[in-house]
Amino acid sequence: MYSSSKPAETAKISVRAARPLEYYRKFLEKDVRPDGRELGEFRPTILNIGCISTAEGSALVKLGNTTVMCGIKAEFATPKTEEPSNGYLVPNVELSPLCSPMFRPGPPGEQAQVLSHFVNEVLNQSCCVRKEDLCIKTGKLVWVLYCDILCLDYDGNAPDACILSLLAALKSTMLPAVKYNEETEKPETDSVKTEPLHILSNPVSSTFAIFDDHLLFVDPTVQEESLATGTVTIVTNDNDLCLVQKPGGSPVTADQMNTCFERAFSRSKEVLRLIDEILHSIER
Amino acid sequence: MSNSSKRSNLRVMSAELSLLSRPDGSATLFQGDTCVMSAVYGPGEVRINKEQIDRATVEVIYKPRSGLPGCTEKSQERLIRNTCETVLLSSLHPRSSVSLTVQEMQNSGSLLACCINSMCLALLDSGMSMKCLVAAVHCVLDFEGAVFLDATDKEEKGAQACVTFVFDSVDKNVVMVHAVGKYSVEQFNKCMSVCRTASADIFHFYRETMTKKLKRS
Repeated sequence: MYSSSKPAETAKISVRAARPLEYYRKFLEKDVRPDGRELGEFRPTILNIGCISTAEGSALVKLGNTTVMCGIKAEFATPKTEEPSNGYLVPNVELSPLCSPMFRPGPPGEQAQVLSHFVNEVLNQSCCVRKEDLCIKTGKLVWVLYCDILCLDYDGNAPDACILSLLAALKSTMLPAVKYNEETEKPETDSVKTEPLHILSNPVSSTFAIFDDHLLFVDPTVQEESLATGTVTIVTNDNDLCLVQKPGGSPVTADQMNTCFERAFSRSKEVLRLIDEILHSIER
Repeated sequence: MSNSSKRSNLRVMSAELSLLSRPDGSATLFQGDTCVMSAVYGPGEVRINKEQIDRATVEVIYKPRSGLPGCTEKSQERLIRNTCETVLLSSLHPRSSVSLTVQEMQNSGSLLACCINSMCLALLDSGMSMKCLVAAVHCVLDFEGAVFLDATDKEEKGAQACVTFVFDSVDKNVVMVHAVGKYSVEQFNKCMSVCRTASADIFHFYRETMTKKLKRS
């Protein structure tokens, strides 16, 4: 009987399984979470840039156990007639059954669609890539960047991981130099020369979970997400805000919102430092 | 154009309750030219795979005016559903389902706010128990940093940021936020205080609408 050797440990496991809410409350009373994190502490973030050699840009992000991969593929396209000098940015988030039993195979579920819409909104509103920069020949030829984000392991807080992987992948994107041949009306690519994509701003997302209607903590795991009574997602864009989203849940006061903003801005600095470090180490 | 963009209060609202005969509660709400119709069925039978043993399952179907619903509509649907779950006392009806249909009739700006307000009116009309009422207020920030309440679609296009807040009727705390664009924390807080003041008008409007309905019957 393993229970006789470590009775305290068994009791802990059974409380965690049978009464998760009480289990969490006991920890949160002491301002700490069961995994040892403080309320304002993110899980260790690991970033790997350029892991897909066939893509124009790519990044792999690990936020604790949550693993998200982003690949940027560039293709030629003809622009819309109403916006002849604008390229396209097409984000797509996939939550496959591989990453969690919550997701089923087949067409994208609600959460995947909501995440795709979220990523699209961040891309458009932050203007981190100017669509005019993707123009090769006005009215004739533009770049279309497919930003495919794939979740490999889902352990909560997918929005933050998606935005981080997207930004890192965009920053590492190298587009081949293209000349548009006027006579043949065909593009001529230079196989050796590449140019980096111009990134104008740095959107960084931070997600907060609301627990028991009053406690706020950052970076919820999947269990914390299921126990939470609401979430707040804040996307900062350098020194401004780009998107604030609180989809229902427990009401929060203005003061609580401001605490979230402060944490989001400090997180933004941490993340940008991390991306810069990794990009630097690749160049060397 | 000039007098419409100088607006610092809400557009004229008008509502009609119980205009559909089959649902348990229904409402059509006009906020300016924006019009949304909502209908509530429930509490009723629930599909086995969606059954929750401690509360009712809330389903929201958002119907765009034309075309099939895509990612944007799904996102909108989730915002409405989560807001509805927050206010509805769903634990009173375990193992049942509450189904809401929100039909967009005309979008002349502030659509999400109009959807949530009409949903709240439909729930009031159905007589389901709620924790509190909610009022949604939309505003836009222009490039000079001025706040315009309850924007029209034209104003939304030329705006620096579009913000929708939902407040509860008890403490006027924030139940839902959807804010996109480029803005500072100060601007966000300014929008919040302006919208919070305006939410009182919406709660007043709910009261008037219900009084009118109850007097008639």
